[in-house]
Amino acid sequence: MPETLFDKLWREHEVRRLSDSRSLIYVDRIFLHERTGSVALASLEQGGRRVRQRAHTFCTMDHIVDTLPGRGDDTLMPGGRDFIVTTRSSARAAGIQLFDINDRDQGIVHVISPELGIALPGTTLVCPDSHTCTLGGLGALAWGVGSTEAAHALATSTLRVQRPQNHRVTFQGQLSPGTTAKDMILFTIRELSAAGGAGHALEFSGEAIRELSVEGRLTLCNMATELSAFTALIAPDDKVIRYLEGRPFAPRGSLWQSATAHWQTLVSDPDARFDAETRLSVAGLKPQLSWGTSPEHSMDWDDSVPDPEQAPTGATRDAWRRAQDYMDLRPGSRLGDYPLDAAFMGSCTNSRLSDLRLAADFLAQSGQRVAPGVKALCVPGSGGVKRAAEAEGLHHVFTEAGFEWREPGCSLCFYAGGEGFGPGSRVVSTTNRNFEGRQGPGVRTHLASPLSVVASACAGHLVAAEAV
Amino acid sequence: MEAFQQHTGVALPLQRDNIDTDAIIPSREMRSVSKSGLAAGLFAPWRYLQADERIPNPDFPLNQSRYEGASILIAGNNFGCGSSREHAVWALMEAGFRVIIAPAFATIFFNNALRNGLLPVTLGPDDCTALLSFGADDPQQCQVTVDLQACSVTAGDRVYAFEIAADARRMLLEGLDEIGLTELDGDRVAAFEQADRRRRPWVYLDQGESS
Repeated sequence: MPETLFDKLWREHEVRRLSDSRSLIYVDRIFLHERTGSVALASLEQGGRRVRQRAHTFCTMDHIVDTLPGRGDDTLMPGGRDFIVTTRSSARAAGIQLFDINDRDQGIVHVISPELGIALPGTTLVCPDSHTCTLGGLGALAWGVGSTEAAHALATSTLRVQRPQNHRVTFQGQLSPGTTAKDMILFTIRELSAAGGAGHALEFSGEAIRELSVEGRLTLCNMATELSAFTALIAPDDKVIRYLEGRPFAPRGSLWQSATAHWQTLVSDPDARFDAETRLSVAGLKPQLSWGTSPEHSMDWDDSVPDPEQAPTGATRDAWRRAQDYMDLRPGSRLGDYPLDAAFMGSCTNSRLSDLRLAADFLAQSGQRVAPGVKALCVPGSGGVKRAAEAEGLHHVFTEAGFEWREPGCSLCFYAGGEGFGPGSRVVSTTNRNFEGRQGPGVRTHLASPLSVVASACAGHLVAAEAV
Repeated sequence: MEAFQQHTGVALPLQRDNIDTDAIIPSREMRSVSKSGLAAGLFAPWRYLQADERIPNPDFPLNQSRYEGASILIAGNNFGCGSSREHAVWALMEAGFRVIIAPAFATIFFNNALRNGLLPVTLGPDDCTALLSFGADDPQQCQVTVDLQACSVTAGDRVYAFEIAADARRMLLEGLDEIGLTELDGDRVAAFEQADRRRRPWVYLDQGESS
């Protein structure tokens, strides 16, 4: 019977069927971080259990650790030190590999797991973090779980999982220059809604996907959780194989041969049945900006802020009103009409080398500097990204243009109580969530691509690079 | 885990779509490596005019005496979307909630709820609205009963049936410890690994070590 890519991965990891719709699924890799992984390790210890597959379990410090130069265990976040110290001692006691604060490979979990070859095509990977779906960009079946499920995976190398349905999203056409994977995913969420992927594993396919770089695919899959999807997948191809070869935890020698042979089978069969199908054309797609407080509140960068009176339903009208009230926007206005207070480059969505290069190229070629009064930060996603960027001199481009150049971590993607943007400030951000208060109480976040973020930082208001 | 069979309580309305876990409990309210100490941070962005000083917002239902002791939350579509933080479930439970009723839940939140004895009930938007209008005049008197044995929600003389997967229902009814349950399958997992090492040797990073 023809199978989808998801069907194959599910079958290859099914230890036992628990009921019609639920199976015991083998977990190949577990990644933890100090925010929620610490709780998982603690509850494992309290239950008197140990990590079953230590060699397959990893931990990083990314969520709470400061990104200021010269950082240590003390953080701007009140109580942050406790998370860091506890995670370190639990990880040591558990005997798992920890990418600690000053480890050369430390970084954001979903940046380092592909970069180090820990996530691989055809593997299952879980992490107590919703953006674990990022790794679907390699063809890994990866999904976010809570701390209790993480403890289950640590103790048993398995999870009891409700089987999602299959939904294929086919992207036709080619992206215009200046439009990126970030614009594609914001457009997709706007089209399908914030609940549009619920109960489904998405497969992204089509011409525009084949053209995307591996890092672009990671960006695209990163935000599948903003569609409330179980996860997203992209069939691995030669680009993925080239990307992974020689990475520290990737297989070598004969194991590499056996792995790549397996990866080539990881594709949906031609007549596989999907429970849902969506076709989206990205030809002529404009850069996208979010205007509201859900990623589904996104639009072409030069469109007008929508009028709640024109909303399709009463619930949507109320949501738009609340969002526009929070964001301090008038229906019919342009986002470019509002002055910006800050610009943020970073996060598991857009902090990889290609993101930094794109942004730095814009700065170098335009010769522009960050507008007066705009606080601008660039936070590389990992030690590896930071070293590679510095080797190319990108840090000079950013700092000379007026950006702060930080140490790797999640940083101001969310506000943990320490460092944040001020109440009421308007921020353009390469991150994934524009929720109320996400980047600090009262902060107004506009999601955008790295290009739009640097162009906006320099303009002092929201704009796309194509207009500059 | 706490078992769930039947519960009667005051229903609190929060009929917004896409209530995310950052709104349920912001990152800054998760202050220690612990599952407790979270109740005061529940809905902090909406519940307080000044979260730092804990100055209550009188317009938010959680602060209104008519909803005092509320233990059933009636919410909009896609409840619990966003971050995977299980703290959202722990905060709701610590604040006394035992049931969330909504047209749909985000998957990770749903799974986290099941594993902590918080019952997520899926009811259509019209049923949610009807439930709310039942309690609107006097929520303390017009309490709602949720019965997991019968898979029903009762509000006065109206009864609403809901569906929940059989194994999720059993997990809640019996308060099952899933890890313990899976450990009973330890031999199957070991057998799977043994066969899988031949199929996918490149997955296993402990080459040479015995496992």
